[in-house]
Amino acid sequence: MQKAIVKNINQTDIKRGRKKKIVWKKYIPLYLMALPALIYLFINNYLPLFGMQLAFRELDYSKGVFNGSFVGLQNFKFLFATKEAWIMTRNTVLYNLLFIIVDTIVGLGFAILFNEIRSKRASRFYQSATLIPYFISMVVVSYLGYAFLSAENGFINNTVLRIFGIEPVSWYSEAKYWPFILLFVHIWKGLGYSILAYTARLITINDEYYEAATLDGASKWQKIKCITIPMLKPAVIMMLVLSIGRMFYSDFGLFYQMPMGNGMLYSTTTTIDTYSFRALMKLGDITMSSATGVYQSVVGFILLLGANLVVRRISKENALF
Amino acid sequence: MRTASDKRWAACGHILMAVLSILALTPFLLLLIASFTEENAALRNGYSFFPKAWSLDAYKYILQQWGVIGRSYLVTIIVTVVGTLSGVVMAAMIGYTLSKRDLPGRNIILFLVTFSMLFNGGLTATYIIYTQIFQIKNTIFGLLIPNLLLNGYNIMMLRNYFEFTIPPALIEAAHIDGAGQTMIFRKIVVPLSMPMLATVSLTSALRYWNDWMNGVYYLSANSKLQSIQTILNSMNENIKFLQQNNMGTTVDASSIPSVTVRMAIAVVGIAPILCLYPFFQKWFVKGIAAGAVKE
Repeated sequence: MQKAIVKNINQTDIKRGRKKKIVWKKYIPLYLMALPALIYLFINNYLPLFGMQLAFRELDYSKGVFNGSFVGLQNFKFLFATKEAWIMTRNTVLYNLLFIIVDTIVGLGFAILFNEIRSKRASRFYQSATLIPYFISMVVVSYLGYAFLSAENGFINNTVLRIFGIEPVSWYSEAKYWPFILLFVHIWKGLGYSILAYTARLITINDEYYEAATLDGASKWQKIKCITIPMLKPAVIMMLVLSIGRMFYSDFGLFYQMPMGNGMLYSTTTTIDTYSFRALMKLGDITMSSATGVYQSVVGFILLLGANLVVRRISKENALF
Repeated sequence: MRTASDKRWAACGHILMAVLSILALTPFLLLLIASFTEENAALRNGYSFFPKAWSLDAYKYILQQWGVIGRSYLVTIIVTVVGTLSGVVMAAMIGYTLSKRDLPGRNIILFLVTFSMLFNGGLTATYIIYTQIFQIKNTIFGLLIPNLLLNGYNIMMLRNYFEFTIPPALIEAAHIDGAGQTMIFRKIVVPLSMPMLATVSLTSALRYWNDWMNGVYYLSANSKLQSIQTILNSMNENIKFLQQNNMGTTVDASSIPSVTVRMAIAVVGIAPILCLYPFFQKWFVKGIAAGAVKE
């Protein structure tokens, strides 16, 4: 009796197994194709999540990096007791706000004007020229900056300021100029891209609206105010909300390369990314660097979730998830 | 039917865009001229658009040091080609898998890809994992693998292209003719997706060519694997970098035209991009307009 049941179970098992095999077989090549990428994502994106535990451990090289004893939030207490914690958070958030606002206004403004240009050849030239900085690495940009700003050899001190009879400025040691310099470089590098991205949206607006407005005698300015801007508003709002989700991340290249690691500029150039980098690579302080990394990841993720929630409320199709 | 007002707006656009174009290009001009400036003129009058004296000394020095510079070029080219090809192949393969709507477990894979774009452990945790567990410090893998090889954004772009642009009937027909998934992928999907694959490859190649961060994190200062961008970064941190790395050839330190050489090496670093720019620009413009190139 019992034997019969066991036999029965075995048979159904085998049957089910075989049935599964037939279905799965079709998909095996597909799973295999996904495998290399999944292995990479596991190594590059998921293993570091386990690495985050370092922020909660004491660093003890004698025990090995991963075997220090758990200390809870003590590392974070140390981190937030430093005044750098406040400076880097303030700088990261303020620069992001500044960049978001300026990018939107300047990018949109230039795109609207760019869109008025009818000559194909001219617009292609403008596009090519303004897009070049986008393709250059931040290291090279720092060389370009150095050619202009170097205290001894720079173009600005030696030529521009000399013409106006102004005393040379040592740009790389005066923190107060750097918000402007960094803003300028950020715009210089990214504006060509912004113009292109906004233009791509502008040309999706149906020409009939403009034609109808022209018939009604609307001026260009009225058309921009009453057609272009309202039509772009949803996309712009979406972009603004999503950039709030990235509020805790900064363009590491810009903030690390441009000031050329000058300690006198830290008060206006340190962001969360550069602080974390410096703690790890220059000071060898793995704990502080990990704590900063976790702080950034967690707050950044909360901001992103919040931003996404807002976007879902406004328009579901634009939400990230 | 263009009114005077239209023309005024267009003129305004021309002026502003022309100013912007000049602003975008002048720094490169200064860099180029600075690299051809005579060292003493640069020391006396600074970098200038109209140097008092011209000279090829900076480039002569680079040719003398071609051991270091040439090797870094080779490293950059190898890393760019290998990284781009393997990354795009991997992204295309998983993208194809994800484009199959009936695939069991598709949502799990999709979640793994999406979550990797939204949350990460940060550079410190990544650095620790790569150096402590995988020991990739001072190997070519340090330049090739961390962060650059694959990203969720490219995977999703390719998946969307496969799912919505390639006619499903075509794939169905190949199925009925007995073609396997890999065959369909190679013979139908890849050839039909060339525009998107080109855009993704170009962004990836550009990212590899311009990368200096992996060099900073995963190479030590005297590594022989320094790419051209890493050399530029090292020179930023240490102006005497080239002297220390001149591979045994004894050069009198004071004879190095260091002020202009800096600029000449930067020129050497961006020359390939600027030369190839007219050819790849079109793809990028299309890609950005289609939202396929992320900032």
